[in-house]
Amino acid sequence: MKLSIGAMVEPGSTRTNKTGSWRTFKPIIDVEACIGCGTCSMFCPEGTIYKVADKYTIDYDYCKGCGICAHECPVKAIEMVMEEE
Amino acid sequence: MQEELFAPGHRGCAGCGAAIAARLILKGSGKDVIIVSPTGCLEVISSPYPESAWKVPWIHSLFENAAAVASGVEVALKSLGRKDEAKVIVIGGDGATIDIGIGALSGMLERGHDITYICYDNEAYMNTGIQRSSSTPYGASTTTSPAGKVSFGENRPKKNLPAIAAAHGIPYVATASIAYPKDVIKKVKKAISIEGPKYLQIHAPCCTGWGFDGSKTIEIGRLAVETALFPIYESTEGKVTSVKKVKRKPVEEYLKAQRRFSHLFKIEGGEEELKKIQDIADSNAKQFGLDQ
Repeated sequence: MKLSIGAMVEPGSTRTNKTGSWRTFKPIIDVEACIGCGTCSMFCPEGTIYKVADKYTIDYDYCKGCGICAHECPVKAIEMVMEEE
Repeated sequence: MQEELFAPGHRGCAGCGAAIAARLILKGSGKDVIIVSPTGCLEVISSPYPESAWKVPWIHSLFENAAAVASGVEVALKSLGRKDEAKVIVIGGDGATIDIGIGALSGMLERGHDITYICYDNEAYMNTGIQRSSSTPYGASTTTSPAGKVSFGENRPKKNLPAIAAAHGIPYVATASIAYPKDVIKKVKKAISIEGPKYLQIHAPCCTGWGFDGSKTIEIGRLAVETALFPIYESTEGKVTSVKKVKRKPVEEYLKAQRRFSHLFKIEGGEEELKKIQDIADSNAKQFGLDQ
C-alpha cells in the first residue's frame, strides 16, 4: 500500500465499505403508516435513512440492521424481518 | 436536506452510540469545522486507513494530547488570520478525556483557547476490550473491575468532569445525551457560537460494552437520564443555568436492562449496592433539582 503525504485520505471514503452485509434482520418501512417525523433518520448510527418526498427510505447498502429505527419509531411503522439468503 | 457529514461504511457496531453522537455533533456544527479526535472507538471506527468517514477536516492525535493538538490548530488559525473560516472541535471518548487527556484538557481550558471540547461518554475503554475508566459508574462490571465473589464491580463513583471543567470558570459547560438529539444539536450550536473554551459531555450508550441489544441504545440512554444517573444541565462560568427536569424512575429500570449491572440482581448483598446507586441518583436529583 502506498501512503500519501500526511497519510491523507478522501473525505467520506468509508462509503467503499458496504456494511449492509453485516445485517441479520432487515428493517422494512411501511410507507402508508410512516408519518415522516424523521425519528428513524435522526437515530440511525449509519446515517443511512433518507427523506424522499415526505417519507423515509433506507439505503440497504449500509444498514447494519441494528433495529434502533424500528424500536424508536413512534407509530411502529418499521418492522424487522429476517434476511433471506 | 442537510448534507450528511459523517459517512456510512464506518466500522461501528450495529447500534453504536458513539456514531450517533458524531452524527449529531456534525449536524449542530455544520461543515466549517476542524475536528481533532484522540485515540478511541470513534477514531478507530471512522478512520480505517485508507478510508475516512469524515467529510470535514479531521486529525487524529495521540490518546493524551487532543486538547493540546486542538490548541495548536486554533493558534495557527489565529496567526494566519483565518480564524473566521473554521471552528475547532475535539471529539474524544471518556478514556481520552477524563483519564488520559485531563492534563492537556485542563491546560486548554485554563489558557482560554476558543475550542469546543466534546467528550462522548460511554463509560469505559470500549475498543480495547471494555476496561474501566474513571467515568465508569459505581457497580458496573468491566474486564478490569469484574464482578465476582469478592467484588461488586467498579468500586469508585463516576468522576465528575463537567464539574472539574466548570471549576476552570469557562464560559460554557453542558451535558447531553444522544437520546435527546435536538438538545445535543442545540448545545453544539450554542457552544461553538461562544468565544473561549467550552466543554460538552454527551452520554453515548455502548451496546457491546454495557451488554444490551443494539436496538436499545436510545432507550438505555433515555433511562440514564430519567433515573437521574446522568443529569442533563448547562452551566456558565461555574453556575448552573438550566437543567432537564425528569419524571424520575427507580434506578433498577436502567440497571436491570444491562449486562454490566446484572450481578447486582443475582449475588448476595446486591440489594445494598442497588441502594447505594439509588443514593447517587437521589443526590444528583437534589443537587440539580431534577424532579419535576
